[in-house]
Amino acid sequence: MLHVLAQQAEGELEAGLTAVGRGIVYGGAAIGPGIGIGLVVGNAITAMARQPEAAGMVRTTMFLGIAFTEALALFGFVLAFIISG
Amino acid sequence: MIVGLEFPPISHLVEWPTLFGGDALGVNKVVLLMWISVALVFGLFYAATREPKLVPTGVQNVAESTVEFVEEQIVMQTIGPDGRGYMPFLLTLFTFVFTCNIWELIPVVQMPVNARIALPMFMAIVVWFVYIITGIRHQGFFGYFKNATIPPGVPKAILPLVAFIELIGILVTRPFSLAIRLFANMLAGHLLLVTFAVITQALFASTILGGALPLALLIFLMGFELLVSFLQAYIFTILAAVYIDSSMHPEH
Repeated sequence: MLHVLAQQAEGELEAGLTAVGRGIVYGGAAIGPGIGIGLVVGNAITAMARQPEAAGMVRTTMFLGIAFTEALALFGFVLAFIISG
Repeated sequence: MIVGLEFPPISHLVEWPTLFGGDALGVNKVVLLMWISVALVFGLFYAATREPKLVPTGVQNVAESTVEFVEEQIVMQTIGPDGRGYMPFLLTLFTFVFTCNIWELIPVVQMPVNARIALPMFMAIVVWFVYIITGIRHQGFFGYFKNATIPPGVPKAILPLVAFIELIGILVTRPFSLAIRLFANMLAGHLLLVTFAVITQALFASTILGGALPLALLIFLMGFELLVSFLQAYIFTILAAVYIDSSMHPEH
């Protein structure tokens, strides 16, 4: 009787675990760059406030730093789609 | 009452049927958009120099603003005055990537060309060839790899590890990250817009007012995607310029 109640559909365990895996991959990948981009932009704002004449150069370097750190989050995003299931 | 939200499978969002041309070199919507982008970029700069005036107006003004932006904000900030030789390459790269990205927002089309990995990967390989060959031309074959893999001021004990990591960096990491950064940004934006459009349609089907909030968010996200399209084109170009600069002027 119990094994009738505890039945699962065909392949449901695999699909469920794939979904959980995808969530963990992207969730874990988004923590580091979130903190990292916050640090980069925060320091850029401080630099621009201290020396407004250098704002252009600081802004350029800020965008470069954002691109590098955001790429890591996006690797996780792409990997979450590649994980098959 | 929404019983189940029917989100289309991802293949419906990024894979398009082949129109003509067979299996390997088949032409589909994405390829067609790429060709139209090529024609637009070429047409823009051709039309700008048809009857050049001293005080630019119209198309010439748009083209000259783009040239000034790429020269002042990208080439001068990274390479400096001797980077002017790379101006046509970087200008074409920036305009083409921006035109390909902006198709995401045009109403009937709404498909960023860079949401498929082929075009970003190809452009990253072209940039790879440009900065490797520039480095070899300026510093000689062994000189370039020696200067690139051995940064100054590294203690001798960990030098082999650092040299190995730097070598993998300039040969593999740089082109791959360049391609995947552009591809993943465009794909993520496309999926985000599709998500909110599907939610708007599903909520609108139940109560007319229910679709208002997702619709407002969708409009805001389209503005955000405009910023991201421009930013990704800018970042692709400025990273290409930074790599060319590190090939031309080694730090020592």
